[in-house]
Order: sequence, then C-alpha cells, then structure tokens
Amino acid sequence: MIRSKKTKLALYALLIVLSCFCLFPFLWLIRSSLMQMSQIYETPPVWIPSPFQFGNYSEALTVLPFGRYFLNTSLIVVLEVTGVVLTSAVCAYAFARLRWPGRNVVFMIILTSMMLPGAVTLIPVFLGWSSLGAVNTIVPLTVPAWFGGGAFNVFLIRQFLLTIPKDLDEAALVDGAGYIRIFTHIMFPLAKPALIVVGLFSFLNGWNDFLGPLIYLNDEAKFTLALGLQLFKGMYNAQWHLMMAATTMVVLPAIVVFFLGQKYFVEGIVMSGVKG
Amino acid sequence: MTEAAARAGNPASSFKNRRKKEALYGYLLASPVILGFLIFVLGPMIASFIFSFTDYNVISRMNFVGLANYRNLFDGTDPFFYKSLGVTAYYVLLGVPLQIVCSFLMALLLNQNIQGRSIFRTIFYLPTIVPVVASSVLFLWLLNPDIGLFNQILEMLGLPTSQWIYSERMAVPSLVLMSLWTIGGTTVIFLAGLQGVPRHLYEAVEVDGGKARHRLLYVTIPLMTPTIFFNTVMGLIGGFQIFGQAYIMTQGGPNNATLFYSYYLYREAFDNFRMGSASAIAWVLFVIILAMTLLVFKSSNLWVFNENEEGKR
Repeated sequence: MIRSKKTKLALYALLIVLSCFCLFPFLWLIRSSLMQMSQIYETPPVWIPSPFQFGNYSEALTVLPFGRYFLNTSLIVVLEVTGVVLTSAVCAYAFARLRWPGRNVVFMIILTSMMLPGAVTLIPVFLGWSSLGAVNTIVPLTVPAWFGGGAFNVFLIRQFLLTIPKDLDEAALVDGAGYIRIFTHIMFPLAKPALIVVGLFSFLNGWNDFLGPLIYLNDEAKFTLALGLQLFKGMYNAQWHLMMAATTMVVLPAIVVFFLGQKYFVEGIVMSGVKG
Repeated sequence: MTEAAARAGNPASSFKNRRKKEALYGYLLASPVILGFLIFVLGPMIASFIFSFTDYNVISRMNFVGLANYRNLFDGTDPFFYKSLGVTAYYVLLGVPLQIVCSFLMALLLNQNIQGRSIFRTIFYLPTIVPVVASSVLFLWLLNPDIGLFNQILEMLGLPTSQWIYSERMAVPSLVLMSLWTIGGTTVIFLAGLQGVPRHLYEAVEVDGGKARHRLLYVTIPLMTPTIFFNTVMGLIGGFQIFGQAYIMTQGGPNNATLFYSYYLYREAFDNFRMGSASAIAWVLFVIILAMTLLVFKSSNLWVFNENEEGKR
C-alpha cells in the first residue's frame, strides 16, 4: 500500500514515538522504585538510579505484608477463575447444543444483563451478603463466579460451541454417551481456546478488582494487593520510591500472566469486539 | 422408563423421550446462569427499586418515603447530584471522542504494511492490563505538580507547568489524558475490524484513480462504522462507571471537580449509609445508560453501514 520509502520511515518513527508513550510510564515506575529518596527529588530528574536501591522492595515488604496480600488475592482469583470457567462452559453447552423450550428467550434475557451497570445491583447485593453475615469474608467475591460466570462469558463460549458440527453429538448419542459425558469428553476439550480466553480475562478482572474488595473486606489481614497498595499510599504519601516499589509488585503478576497468554489475549479481544 | 424399553417401543415415543431427556438436561445444565441471573441481577434490581422509595440507612427502621429520594435529587436539595452528572458528562464528552479518534488512528497505523506489527500491538495493549490502583498511584506520581515527570518535561521545554489533578480546571482533563494511556484494547478491536475490510474495495478505489485519502473516506470509515459504534457505546458505559481513579487519586476533589457519578453513589451508600437515596441514584444511572444506549442504537441506522442493505441495492 505504501510506496515511497519516506512515508514508510515516517510511519515507523510515529509507531516508535507512540510505543514510547505507552512504555514510558512503566520505565519511570521501575526507575523510581530503584532510587534513593533524595535522588527522586533532584531536579533536573535523574534518569538512571545510582546506586540501584533494591532494598526499596524489601523495605516496602516490611511495612505491609504484601506476601500475605499476594496469597489472599491469589486464593480469591483461583476460586473465581475456576468457577467462571467451569460453570460458564456448562451453561454455554446447554444453550449451544441442547434443545429445550424457552432456550432462546432465556438466553436473550440473560444477555441483556450485560448492559446493566453493576452499580444498580451493588447495594442490594451488599445488603444481602451482609444479612447472611458474609461481609469481611471472600464469599461475596468468589461465590457469584460459580453461577454461570457472567452472561458475557457464557455468550463467548456459546458462540464457540455453535461452530462445532452437530453430527458430533449425534454420533456420541448413538454410541450411548449421555449429555454429561458429551460435555466432559467432547465439548469441554474442544472449547479449550475459548475457555482459555475466558479464564485469562476473569483472572485479570479478579486481579484488578478494586471496588469489590473495598466494599467487602474490612480486616487488614484479609486485604488483597489492590487494597494493600491503597492502604500503603495512605501511609507513605511522600515516599515515592517505596510506593513505586509496592506498585511494581502489584503490576508484575498481571504482566507475567499477560505475556504467558499473549496470543489468547488478542484473540479474546477480537472475539469480544466482533460481537458488536 | 429405561433406555432399552424406550428403544423397544415405537420410534415416535422413543424420539419423544429423547427430546424430554434433552430438555431436562438443558434446564439442569443452564440452571447456574439462570439462578445467577435471578439471585444477582433480577432480584437485586427489584430490591434496589424498592429501596429507592425508602429511607433505609442500615441502622434505623426503614420507612417508605414515596418519591422523596428522587425529588431530592432533581430539585437540587442534594447539591451533589447535578454536580456529579455534570462532571461525568464532561469526562465522557471530552474523553470518549478523543479515545475513539486516537485508538482509530493507532489501529490505522498498525494496519499498514509494516514489520513487527504484533510487537507494536503488544506494546499498545500492555497499559490496559495494569490494575486501576496501580495506574492511579503511578499517575499520581507522574502528575505530581512539584517533581512529577510531566511537569519536569514541560519545564525542560520551557512550557508552562500545571497543577494537574490538584487544579479544579485541569482535574478532569488530566484524567482524560490518563485514560488515553489505556486505549490499547479499543485499538485492538479496531485493528481486527480493519483487517476484515475486503481488499478488492481498496483496489476498486485505486482503479478509479483514488488516493489514500479517498480510500479512507469512502472505504475504511464507512465499513468501520459498526466497530466505531460498538466502541462508542462501550466507552459511554465505561465513562459513567469510572470509580477507582476518583477514589484513589482525587477523592472527588478538588472542590468536587472529579465527583464522578459512581463515586458519588459509593459515597452516599458506603460513607453516608443512605442506602435509599443511593438506590435512587443507582436507578437514575440505569435509566441514563439505557437512554444513551438506545439513543446510539436509534441513531446508528443513520450512520452505521449495514452490509446486508448494501447487498440489496
């Protein structure tokens, strides 16, 4: 499409400038997390820390138990992701492969809940959990994931299952397999790409969730990383080097997972975008 | 009746049994999401609607107050309602068009015949996976008026510096600027749309002697309107639910300049424990989002390109 060398060069230059804009905050984060406090306040700004102050990380860890927050967050996220993947797959199977009266109407109604702002249900759901005595536990943060994992995920997996030829079920039925067996032995394994996408996105949702833990967890010992960082920010307002070290520790797991599942992320966004 | 007996019977009744069994499993396996919808969506929505006509505040007995909660919002008794609507509208009107234009341009760049597309795409997408708490703390640091990077760079270039989120005038634009860091998700959706534009249409423009400008105006943009539409709706809905930044970075300040609607709702419910009035606020939000979505949908047949229609012509 592009013929002249000059435009091509300009194109790459523009892409590189934009990439710098995207990456620079990350670099600044790491740079600040490795500095001594005095160096951070120098003007003009120092670009490369000297010496590299790796102690900031251990210092941030002694101030607040980020290791514990890490485990708390991991437990919530593992329970959440497992629930979302398993139950959304089961439900998607029922909507995509089984025929039952009212199926399409029910599916449409459930789909409309995707448009619903979470704020509308926030208060009654909170009051409900509170009347069950479940506030300040991980129950409100994890149990809802086991109820179909949200309309959007069911939709995504359903779309995927619809592309599988119907003969497959028929053949299995003739061979005497039941519907459960067809799900566990045929559909679930075949849906793996869609399940990975759903799993990755629910991991990120859980890992990045702020409002949920903020409302439901009061006990500092039960805090997630997101809440811990918010707490840390309140305690160490001007100690930017420690705050950046803590922030790096919160960001890092998300980035690692992103790079592990990179290929699926792009596919997933495309899948979710195409539905529009 | 056992399978064997069913098979032994006449084929019509065996077929009927099979359908019955299939339907039974259908209901059974779909039940988690159906129950989830009833317990976590429909039930709470009804409850929220009822609460919005009460003065429920967790501690004392609940009384029905009729439309008082709604009246207090609309007649200005609660001075924060219109303020937060205005702040959120400002953020959305400034932010969404900018996000759409920027991410569309980025996607156009990525869609050119370039090497390393997937690397650039990864780089553009990377900021979107940062937890909102982390990005908020990071931008607090970058936007720090005294020693933040932004002001340092402006100073080096000899440009006037800003108080950013600490200035009433600049607070919302600062957060819009921050939101531009995370448009990678939208960019990737646009890119997928662009890659679906049939090549022969571009070739047709070229045959007619069209330039890049014509390709963009007469092929790319018309064909991309469904994706633009989708991203606009999502941007609007997202804009009305922005919460973390307001809670962590500005606490709604300075002087309520960033009192976003969701933050206002949170404050009413979980700081002031006025659950009745907060439920009314939530329902107004629901109606606003519904109205906006319908409006965009209604207007969409004016500007969204429909392939099937094209086929009919």
